[in-house]
Order: sequence, then structure tokens, then C-alpha cells
Amino acid sequence: MSHGPSAPARTPGGAQAHHEPYVPVFTDGSARTAELHDIISRYPEKRAALLPALWMVQQERGWISEDAMREVGDELGCTAAYVKGVVTFYTMYHQHPVGKHFIQVCTTSPCLCAGADDVVKAFLEHTGCKELGLTSPDGKYTVIEVECLGACGFATPVQINEDCVENVTPAKVPEILAGLT
Amino acid sequence: MGYPHKSHPRETPVLSKHFGDPEARSLEGWKARGGYKALAQALHMEPTAIVDIVKASGLRGRGGAGFPTGLKWSFMKIGDGKEHYLCCNADESEPGTFKDREIMRWTPHALIEGCAVGAYAIGAETAYIYIRGEFTEPIRVMEQALVEARAAGIIGKNAMGSGKTIDVWVHKGAGAYICGEETALMNSLEGKRGNPRIKPPFPAVSGLFGKPTTINNVETLAAVPHILNNGAEWYKAMSLSSPKSSGSKLFSVCGNVAKPGNYEVVMGFSFKEFLYDLCGGPLPGRKFKALIPGGSSVPTITIEEAEAIKMDYEGFVEQGTMLGSGGVIIFDDAQSMPRQLARIARFYAHESCAQCTQCREGTAWMTKILERIVAGQGTYEDLDTIFELSEAMTGKTICVLSDSCGAPVVSGINKFRGEFEALIKGRRSSTVAMPGMPVGAR
Repeated sequence: MSHGPSAPARTPGGAQAHHEPYVPVFTDGSARTAELHDIISRYPEKRAALLPALWMVQQERGWISEDAMREVGDELGCTAAYVKGVVTFYTMYHQHPVGKHFIQVCTTSPCLCAGADDVVKAFLEHTGCKELGLTSPDGKYTVIEVECLGACGFATPVQINEDCVENVTPAKVPEILAGLT
Repeated sequence: MGYPHKSHPRETPVLSKHFGDPEARSLEGWKARGGYKALAQALHMEPTAIVDIVKASGLRGRGGAGFPTGLKWSFMKIGDGKEHYLCCNADESEPGTFKDREIMRWTPHALIEGCAVGAYAIGAETAYIYIRGEFTEPIRVMEQALVEARAAGIIGKNAMGSGKTIDVWVHKGAGAYICGEETALMNSLEGKRGNPRIKPPFPAVSGLFGKPTTINNVETLAAVPHILNNGAEWYKAMSLSSPKSSGSKLFSVCGNVAKPGNYEVVMGFSFKEFLYDLCGGPLPGRKFKALIPGGSSVPTITIEEAEAIKMDYEGFVEQGTMLGSGGVIIFDDAQSMPRQLARIARFYAHESCAQCTQCREGTAWMTKILERIVAGQGTYEDLDTIFELSEAMTGKTICVLSDSCGAPVVSGINKFRGEFEALIKGRRSSTVAMPGMPVGAR
């Protein structure tokens, strides 16, 4: 999964973020711990809760650090190396901190027909993100290209955090960004 | 109702009847529209009797392969003393396809009912709906509907008071096209990297958690309650292509077309009328040039070939392509085919799980060559290399991702060779000005 336009998110000077002490997500008695145990009960094997556990970590911490991988591994009985193998397979898990608004523009064929590359340019320009995968200096935005969002009839779809915005054109980009809180 | 367009009078809305109607999303609204009658009936039938009805209906898998659903279900041996599982494949990631998204967004209970009937029919107490992680809204809608269905006792330990256990859970993916391949999906559900498994053993023998498992597409499962309610004969009779292809099918239409969206027509419908009448034809001043009619993995065809197609499993094959997932991608005369096919190849290179050498190296190499041609740096030998590569990539890997990269590209070169040669000769640049390849192609 190493080729392609979706450059992984990177953070310039992100080293400091790596040094911040990691705060565990699944502490005794926490709501997340209860949620994880509930999810584990849906499967005959604990490890099946790995993807859901990683989602919880990402929702809480914004990204999945090596400390987080260790924590999740301890919870589910697998090694940190195993967890890292899984994290690195899937494109939606952030292995670095990303901007507050994570913007994924679909540029696969049907969207390319509709002018998706101009939408990408508009997002890069209006967010101040210098290039794909980099976070804007104010920490607000990260823009990447994404492979097929499965909304080809609504080209160009753009996924911003948990929301999918349909029929995006370059002209609509400033308004979309202004509406983000 | 239809969404985003109102249903066309020539459509046959069975699955899409309530698209765009927010009231159909709630349990109450769904029941008012005839929901969960089929499940109530099914729970009082012998599982084998349900399988027989589905077999008789001629329903075939709507995810792409078109395998007969009843036959697939019959591979599950009831009473073998093993745990059985049903997986619903909602990892809809095939470029050009967005039908399952709308089924889940508008009619979540239709899918829950289909899953519950399917699980019962194959002797499973648990069904997992594996939804791609990018589908945040469909996931929210499905989760909400499951909460309602569980609270109402429709699913759970005593489903509809039948004394039978049917649990249905959503499992959220995390961004990997390959997890739409059924064995990769099972690995992903088990908390592993989504690498496809070697078959055999087939899932019905050793699937999820090593237990007998059936994997069905969203659209397939959503059709089952309608078949139980109206009968196998009704499903067969609506098709113009009975008995080989029966029922109605959702087609997602995108690319350069006047009215992109989902359309539901009976099997055997004329593709020409579909494209010009239902979908509104090309954009003003343009002409259709080429199509990839079954999601980006199937061979590219010319508009002339498309116009001769009867829309069923066999009809697409007769014109050298496949029905696939029903994701119709249309390119008009303003598009550069080399550029579009290079982009499709790049998709597969990005999504290769990298297990098999032919796929890992082949998809990347093919992309590199195609992008070189698009950039005006290609040679005639490059075209020969692509053909050789495609040979080496087809039928030689664990799954068909590798084949899927070669199919649209090779057929596209064969049918639009002039555009490739023009770029190679350097006599004209690609129709769409370069640099136009993906901004991130560094």
C-alpha cells in the first residue's frame, strides 16, 4: 500500500508531539473501557475488536502513536508490533498528528472526469496547506487525496472528518471552509 | 421516490422505492412500509425452505461475481454442530459504485431484515455488516437502526419472539479497497491485515474465525425480504432475461453524464435506452465515447458496443465486458482515455495489498508506464510491455485485484489505441492539458 496519490499525513516539526507523554485511553472504569468490553463481547476472539479499539484511540487522541499501539495490544492480547502491522495496512489510521479538519478529496477516475484535481488545488490554496499530507501552519487543516469515496454520482465528494460533502466544486471551497468549526 | 432524482417511469423501484424518504429510516416508518413481515414469516419456516425459495428466485450476487445466492446458502450445512456466520459485504469501494451506500443511508432496516433472514437461513446466530470506514453517514444510520431493532426485540436473543438468536453488528473498516474481497474482509474482521486468503478452503468450509461462513453483498441481502414477501415467481417474472438473470438491479451511473445517480431497472433492460432516456444522455454539446460498465475492474467498451447491450449478467459478457457491481463510469469525447486509464491503474497500485509479486509489482509498473505515456514520454514498446504485464498479472494471484488492473487498461488500449499512439508520436498532447496527473503523484 505504498504507491499512489494519498500521501500519508506528515507533520513538519512533529517531533515535539511524539515526546508528549501518552495518556492511556482504556483506564479502569472509563467509558471507553466499558465500550471496548462491550464490543469484545460481540466476537468469539478478543482480537476481532482491534479495528474498533484503534478507532476509539484515534477519536480520543487524534492519531495512533506507538504508545497507543502498545496500549491497544495489551488490552487485546497482541504485541505492539502486531498492532503496528495492522495500523500501517489501513489508510484511515493516522500515524502522525493531523490538522483539526482532516480533508480528503476523492480524485479517482469518475471524480477526475468532474474536475477533482481543481478541487484539490482549491483546498490547498485556501487552507494554506503547502502540499498534500502537510498540515497548515495554524494546525487547522490537513488535505490529502483519497481513493474512491464511493460517492461517484456526487462528484467531487470530499470527506471532512466525519462528514461527506457532495458535489464540491472549486468555487464552493471557501464557503465550505468557512463553515467548519 | 428516488434519490437524487425522482424515479423515472421506466425504472422498477423495488430496493430504491424509499430512497430519499427520511421516514423510511425509522423502525416505525419501515414497518408502515411493510418492513419485517418477511422476517416474521421466515422465523417460522425451516431454513432449508427459505434457501429453496431464494434458489427458485434466481437471485444472483449483486457484489460483482453474480454467484447464485440460494446455491451459496445451500453450502452451509445446518446442524453440523459448528458456529456459522453471515458477513454482509458493505465495503463498497469499487470506483463507480455507490448503490449500497444509498441502501444503507435510506433503508437501513431493509438491510437488517435481509441480514436476519439470511443468517437464519444459513444457521447463523451472528451477522456482521462490514462497512467501509469512509461511509460515516451510512454507518451512523445503520447503527441507529440496529439500536432500534434490538430495543424492539426484532433482533437479539429472542428475535421477534421466535426463541431464536440473531445478532447483527456493524464492523467499521479503516480504508482498504481490498477488504471488499471476501477473504480479506474476514481477515480484517478478525483484527488482521486485510490480506486475501488462498482458496480453498472456501468460506462455507472455513471462513470467519475458521467457521462456516457466507458472505453476501448489501444489495443481495436487501432483495431477499422482497422475494419472501412476493414469491420467487414474482422475482423471476419481472426480469426480461429470466431465468438466467432475474429481478431488478441497481445501477450507479457517474462520470460525464447529464443525470448521475442510482437507477433501478429490471434485468434485460436496453442499455441504450437506459443511457439516453433514464440517465439523460451526455452533457450538452458532448458525445459519449467509452464506458466501464461494472465498476472500474471490468473491460472498457466503446459507446457503440454499449448501445448493443442487454442489461443482464450475460448481456454485458456478450459485448466483451461484465455487469460487475453495476457501477457505470461514462467518459465523453472531451476525456483522454490514456489519462483516465492511467488513473485507474494508479488506483489499483495504491490498493494492492502487496502479498503477490505479480500484483504488487505489476500494478505499480503498469501505472508508471501509463503515466509516462500520458506525459508524452512513451514508446510503442511500452504498449507491448503493458500487454505482457497484463498476461503475467491475470489468473496468477491469490485474488483478482491484479486481473482487475489489467482488464480496463488492456481493453482500453485495444479500443482507443489511436489516442495512445497519438501521445507516443507526440503529434498532439492529451485532450486534457498536462500536467494533470494526480497532484500527489510524487
